[in-house]
Amino acid sequence: MERKLVSTLVAAAFAGLSGPAAAQISDGVVKIGVMNDMSGLYADIAGPGSVVAAKMAVEDFQKTSKSGLKVEVVGADHQNKPDVGSNIARQWYDVDKVDVIVDVPTSSVALAVNQITRDKGKAFLVSGAATSDLTGKACSPNTIHWTYDTWMLANGTGNAIVKTGGDTWFFLTADYAFGHALERDTEAAVVKGGGKVLGKVRHPFPGTDFSSFLLQAQASKAKIIGLANAGGDTINSIKQASEFGITKGGQNLAGLLVFITDVHGLGLQTAQGLIFTETFYWDLNDQTREWSRRFAAQNGGRYPSMVQAGVYSSVLHYLKAVEAAKTDDGTKVIAQMKAMPTDDPLFGKGSIRADGRKIHPAYLVEVKKPSESKGPYDYYKIRATIPADQAFRPIDQGDCPLVKK
Amino acid sequence: MDTIFGVPTQALFGQLLIGLINGSFYALLSLGLAVIFGLLNIINFTHGAQYMLGAFTAYLLLTKAGLGYWWALLIAPVAVGITGILIERLLLSHLYKLDHLYGLLLTFGLALIIQGVFRNEFGSSGQPYPIPPQLTGGQNLGFMFLPNYRAWVIVASLVVCLATWFMIERTKLGGYLRAATENPALVQAFGVNVPRMITLTYGFGVGLAALAGVMAAPIYQVSPQMGADLIIVVFAVVVIGGMGSILGAIVTGFGLGLIEGLTKVFYPEASNTVIFIIMAIVLLLRPAGLFGREK
Repeated sequence: MERKLVSTLVAAAFAGLSGPAAAQISDGVVKIGVMNDMSGLYADIAGPGSVVAAKMAVEDFQKTSKSGLKVEVVGADHQNKPDVGSNIARQWYDVDKVDVIVDVPTSSVALAVNQITRDKGKAFLVSGAATSDLTGKACSPNTIHWTYDTWMLANGTGNAIVKTGGDTWFFLTADYAFGHALERDTEAAVVKGGGKVLGKVRHPFPGTDFSSFLLQAQASKAKIIGLANAGGDTINSIKQASEFGITKGGQNLAGLLVFITDVHGLGLQTAQGLIFTETFYWDLNDQTREWSRRFAAQNGGRYPSMVQAGVYSSVLHYLKAVEAAKTDDGTKVIAQMKAMPTDDPLFGKGSIRADGRKIHPAYLVEVKKPSESKGPYDYYKIRATIPADQAFRPIDQGDCPLVKK
Repeated sequence: MDTIFGVPTQALFGQLLIGLINGSFYALLSLGLAVIFGLLNIINFTHGAQYMLGAFTAYLLLTKAGLGYWWALLIAPVAVGITGILIERLLLSHLYKLDHLYGLLLTFGLALIIQGVFRNEFGSSGQPYPIPPQLTGGQNLGFMFLPNYRAWVIVASLVVCLATWFMIERTKLGGYLRAATENPALVQAFGVNVPRMITLTYGFGVGLAALAGVMAAPIYQVSPQMGADLIIVVFAVVVIGGMGSILGAIVTGFGLGLIEGLTKVFYPEASNTVIFIIMAIVLLLRPAGLFGREK
């Protein structure tokens, strides 16, 4: 007991010595925990690449900052299981002195970490998870939802398809929080655009064989089969749909959440013509190209997904806010992040709303034909840019208790 | 149109056929596991990784050596089988005198290492593998469109399963094998080289897994994770069929594929769990499995 007291005093003394900026930084170090699927079906979308992105953000921050802030990045694998994720979050916050958790794909895990972060007064920057509930009924003063969400995907892809005549839908939905949210938001967009949903089937997550569900979709005679799943599930669904001649039969697939890593895994031969929405593509401008090449060099040649780009962007803004607020107290830093405009090479200038939603443009992309592509990762044609103020759900429609009506 | 519980009969046929296709994979994989367990008493948790190795061998043969599907079907089982033989000689053979658990831990650890290495090298999204040109397209059966490749999978798997069963249960070589598991010392006294036979048996079981991997490559993504997702179900199949029973593995593999297919129509949310529910019921009523003998 006594020894602990002494060491605390010593630590406090050192913290006092290291300058005024660090005075409010717990243990003198800002500790960033990157939690995601490091080994399963979402490992390419986020995984070790997100840790690389977070470390790049720290490097870039320290190049320009004069505060001498000490920052440390740690990573963990939540295996897409909410109970595993919750345990890591508690361990990180209570024992390992982690100040902020970032990324966390898999909506069910993100919702669990969202609640724990709020209870502990820490900070949570979501890049990988999709459910729009994070800025809706589950919104929190300690959470910012950075990269994309199910409403944005539904609005971008769903609207575009209904407008071009795809007015009857059948959903293939991953049976957990993310799939349900994506299906719900897309259905709303379809119905609003005058379309109709003919049926839906919920497949276990993660799945391997989708042919059975695809046959049910085929039998529904819907023009569009909406894939409300992600990662390996989407890849296998698309692959097997082409095997069973579903696209040749006149029905079209709508990949509601597709990442560049999925297109890379599918190959252009199978993926060509797919239309979906992303908020980041490496080949947008000189800045994104420069950053992405730097990233790929550290990530075994694999180019960044929008999730990994979002991790970089959110960590950079977080560190700027810590510097400005001179504290790493979760609630205060999140408030500071909302107060400051955002600016980074990947997403450009943007802002964060009261409900925790980060705002930036979204891009409706189409996958190139093999003949149009110059090489690996040259995959997208940008069909339309959805401006930042239209890309995300209007703040008054999310039922977020933080928003005053 | 006729319906059963609100599902058109024609649609039901389609689903049953798909169940049969998935069953083919369960049967092929559980067959290898059953052979290895029945004859070596090793619970081979590396089986899923070896299935994945089969698929990756096919992928690498195609991309690095330009050898297509049919070559892969020949080469991959042999190549992966040889790695199996090395594993048996170098590692497993030291564990036969110890409890089952040691073999289980060793093979499980190996599986994690192999999968980790491949994930590091190839990422988790997997690699595409095309359907061989002779088997693209499909037949319109009236009630469904059956891709030619899937029809081939059912036929090939049935032939391999039955040939294996015949070899083990009906030939002299199979007789030696079975005798060697009952009483190795006695069989050795008759001049049969039992350790070598066991090594080759493990290699054969592993080769079966690799064969299933090659057959799966055009259907699923060739990814490091593909075996890990399947292996748990396959173990349930082996347990339901009766550990070590060859016929049990085949019949249960196809049967559970069908049941799973039906579940996907009537209550898709449960299609992952139905096999384990059946496993629990079978274990309560017949602890040795449907075709197993109590020892």
